[in-house]
Amino acid sequence: MRDFSYLRASSVDEALSAASMPATMLLAGGTTLLDLAKCGVNAPERVVDITHLKGLDAIRVDAKGAFIGALAKMSRVAADPAILAEFPAVSEALWQAASAQIRNMATIGGNLLQRTRCAYFRDPASFPACNKRVPGSGCSAMEGVNRGHAVLGTSDACIATYPGDLAAALVAFDAVVHLGERKVPIDDFFLLPGTTPHKEHAMHPGEMITAITIPASAAARHSTYLKVRDRQSYEFAAASAAVGIEFEADHETIRDIRIGLGGVATKPWRARTVEDALRGKVLEPDTIKSASRLAVEGAIAHGGNHYKIELAPRVVERAILKSGALA
Amino acid sequence: MTIVDTKIKHGDASDGLLGGRLARIDGPAKITGAADYAMEHSPEGMVYAVIIDSTIASGRVVAIDTSAAEAYPGVLLVLTPDNALPIKTATDWTGAPPPEVPYEPLAREITFAGQHIAAVIAETFEQATAAAALVKVTYEESAPISSFDDPRSGEAFPIDMMTKEWGDADAALAIAPVRIEQEYKTPREYNVPIEPHGLIAHWEGDMLTLWEPSQWIDGMSRTYAEWFSIPFENVRMLSPYIGGGFGSKALPTRYGAVAAIAAKMLDRPVKLAITRPQTFTAFGGRPATRQTIALGATREGKLLSIVHRSANETSMDDVAIEPLGSVTSIMYAVPNFSSRQNIVPVNTVKPGALRAPGENPSAFGIECAIDELAYEVGIDPLDIRLLNYAEEDPHAKKPWSTRRLREAYAAGAEAFGWAKRSPSVRSMREGKQLIGYGVAAGTYPVRRTPGEAMVRILSNGTIEVASSGIDMGQGTYTILAQTAAEAIGVPVETVVVKLGDSSLPRAPVAGGSQLANLMTGAVHVAALAARDELIGLAINDQNSPFRDLQANTLTIEGGQMSSPRDAGSSVAIAEVMRRTGRDRIEALRNTLPENLRNKDDHFRNFTTISTMLSPTEGDYSMHSWCVHFVEVRVDVDFGTVRVSRMVSALDSGRLYNPKLAESQWKGGIIMGIGQALLEEGLVDQRNGHVMNNNLGDYLVPTNADIPDLKVISVGIPDTNASILGGKAVGELAIVGVAPAIANAVYHATGIRVRDLPITLEKLI
Repeated sequence: MRDFSYLRASSVDEALSAASMPATMLLAGGTTLLDLAKCGVNAPERVVDITHLKGLDAIRVDAKGAFIGALAKMSRVAADPAILAEFPAVSEALWQAASAQIRNMATIGGNLLQRTRCAYFRDPASFPACNKRVPGSGCSAMEGVNRGHAVLGTSDACIATYPGDLAAALVAFDAVVHLGERKVPIDDFFLLPGTTPHKEHAMHPGEMITAITIPASAAARHSTYLKVRDRQSYEFAAASAAVGIEFEADHETIRDIRIGLGGVATKPWRARTVEDALRGKVLEPDTIKSASRLAVEGAIAHGGNHYKIELAPRVVERAILKSGALA
Repeated sequence: MTIVDTKIKHGDASDGLLGGRLARIDGPAKITGAADYAMEHSPEGMVYAVIIDSTIASGRVVAIDTSAAEAYPGVLLVLTPDNALPIKTATDWTGAPPPEVPYEPLAREITFAGQHIAAVIAETFEQATAAAALVKVTYEESAPISSFDDPRSGEAFPIDMMTKEWGDADAALAIAPVRIEQEYKTPREYNVPIEPHGLIAHWEGDMLTLWEPSQWIDGMSRTYAEWFSIPFENVRMLSPYIGGGFGSKALPTRYGAVAAIAAKMLDRPVKLAITRPQTFTAFGGRPATRQTIALGATREGKLLSIVHRSANETSMDDVAIEPLGSVTSIMYAVPNFSSRQNIVPVNTVKPGALRAPGENPSAFGIECAIDELAYEVGIDPLDIRLLNYAEEDPHAKKPWSTRRLREAYAAGAEAFGWAKRSPSVRSMREGKQLIGYGVAAGTYPVRRTPGEAMVRILSNGTIEVASSGIDMGQGTYTILAQTAAEAIGVPVETVVVKLGDSSLPRAPVAGGSQLANLMTGAVHVAALAARDELIGLAINDQNSPFRDLQANTLTIEGGQMSSPRDAGSSVAIAEVMRRTGRDRIEALRNTLPENLRNKDDHFRNFTTISTMLSPTEGDYSMHSWCVHFVEVRVDVDFGTVRVSRMVSALDSGRLYNPKLAESQWKGGIIMGIGQALLEEGLVDQRNGHVMNNNLGDYLVPTNADIPDLKVISVGIPDTNASILGGKAVGELAIVGVAPAIANAVYHATGIRVRDLPITLEKLI
């Protein structure tokens, strides 16, 4: 491990000015930063500790929606009664993420910024080629062990999966990422890899996540998060879906539906084509099944991850059924 | 040998005597953090070593540039093959004499990814780690063969000693009315104990002290002594507690030699802890295996022939054999049998031992195959096992010492509710969950090596038991206290057990599920000898309170000595010791046969496996047996498998402490669930790297994956198998779990998965 300088920030402004220096990283829960430092992926020269900043861990829910401070711990947000009532998919996504120990350490801001679990990305000593780490160096995963890799949003440069659960729920319900005063819709916050997979989000140097907000909606209130994986706990999703539904007064026609996917794409994935196919339709099994297939339109597999193209629509379908029963 | 009647009244089952359900006496120390594990020591002046591994899987090291690392602050030494202190090759664990060549723990020729090629030693771990990253290695790389599925792995090597044949298997198969043939595969699996591997090596002159987690103190000490050409007595190894080994901490390692060399060269204590990723390459796990099994049978399901061809991966430069015919050849009565095995060299670390090496994958093959045959001929999978029940060892042609497998089938089926199973596949369902029942049997041999123990009676009445044998969580401390307490007649609280130190009496390897049986036997013998001496003292010593009774014998119960002639008057052991002026009574005993008691054979017995008896040595064939009944729920859309219920019935003979034996069984079953559903080393075929070399990606079960496990003991004391009647416990219960789950998954879904693990993509 390389030596680095350590600064404990006493204000957001101080943190931001320190973070604008090159090779500087913010330390919150540390569950990603320390992990990747041990792997040799992160080698910051400066670490700015923001864990002691006051007022960044608030959780407030009102008629307009939820405000969640960047330093709120995953476990606290998951257990918050108002979050559970208004955004059940958000709470469920958090409960099913990581392990109890990690949830007690990791913050919401850090959770959004977690890096991919691509094993090639995580092992620079053995695999120098990684376009995400070293632009233009190539991709070791395309023809390697890629059972967990993405089938949606991939490019010739990168097929690394965005690993988080929370963001899949947030993208479904149009959450907004607060970078201090600047506010970015979450779907714009995360970037597709394209030819620049090292650029994962829309933050500029010297910016930090201060909060996220989630607008209240009937769909969010009647939402669920379904995560499918081989191990029942402490495993990333093979495929997951956050789904919320709002019905018309007839209780069977879909007025609004929101679908976010996890575990299958290079960024938190909004399945808008499925939503469009179902909005205005009556919720019934055949309609759901055929619409769910659209979730993987344009999907590309690379050998080990082919099953995700079959699995993802089934997860979407089941999550819609479950959510529909809640609404 | 029979159980010696010690004339001691048995108390309540919850007391500390042998057979009681005493909780682990080392438990509180572990829970409170007071237990000091070997690697937690920090001798004064200790420095840190970090190993550098090859990033290629095949080729050679052309050059190592150490200049930047050597210039790094705190760095004391960068060790390479060029500057390492030369050491000798040691006798191997079988006792084979070593070749007269140097032993080079750091490699120049690379045969697998992750091979140790250099090491950095620095004042701090962080400095060593940072400097290690600065070492520049230049390779000449050649294309590796990463798996035995690679066609270039070529002709495998037949291992003739693994061939087992009787009757005419091919001919009988050819004319059998029913024939099935399938291939079964298991992937590379890894031990991944939570306590990391490593050691602290400390030289004082030509005395070497090693704090190292070890399943075999004496065997490993011998290796260190021979490497450095010092007397065996000059090596002291300490391993008071071990945080899991599962077979991976029994043999000396290359990094162990590196640490000891560095400590010698620097004359400083050196700590070397390997990283979690290195636990996938610094030593081997279970090799990948494949088995082709052809069964010939009558239309009623009676076996006529078994033809078994198998192979496992080995390393390029050494022979690792996973005995794949071990269960195949003894589970069922069959008149014609042929089993042959090959090994396939690939670019991997030499595979090692992982819980029930051989029996585990062997059972996966035959116990799936017999299930397939049951469906083929249309009879119940439990009935086909009873129909082909082996009344004697079909291979050794000897009677079983004990085989309570029929009782296990009956008890397990009853407790599980097997009769409620609907015969056809995909016929049981709850909502989106397909439900399946599966059954499979398992077995593990009784391995026997003579043991040794010291038992002392101290002046304050404390009983001390001492052995270099180890406790890696299986309960050695506890059952040896119970053994001594019962033999002498004292409360278990008065017994102190000392283990895991090479300065104590010798012990063979804690492997092959043999340690509990041989150590209870040795402690029993030594404790009886100490008791006899104490009674002799009390009868004969002129100051003894019993002197005037003119008794021929005395009894000891609850730590109190009394005479049958005067039952009313009892005297505490401590008082007898005080009155007779003795500060201790000491009995060092071993259970070696007469012909092995000379000094050389004694040494060989405890430092090699050359005196270990096979399970068929003698008049009987000796094995433990088990059966697992499993209910799985498979999501009809997602292919996810959940084990929802499980009942296992097991015959390990007499249980010295049922609570601890059940804990061992459950641990094995949990590991088996992981093997069935999760565990698999994912190897990049281009360069032989294990890509999931960490506990986030190499999946072992979490609590959420494990249902309540019911275990039923159907064993009876087997005094042919061991002095006190126990048989193998630790490795038994994992055997048969994976096939039981695979069979249940087939029953649930109609999909037969023959290659582990049973992950969701194989079922959607």
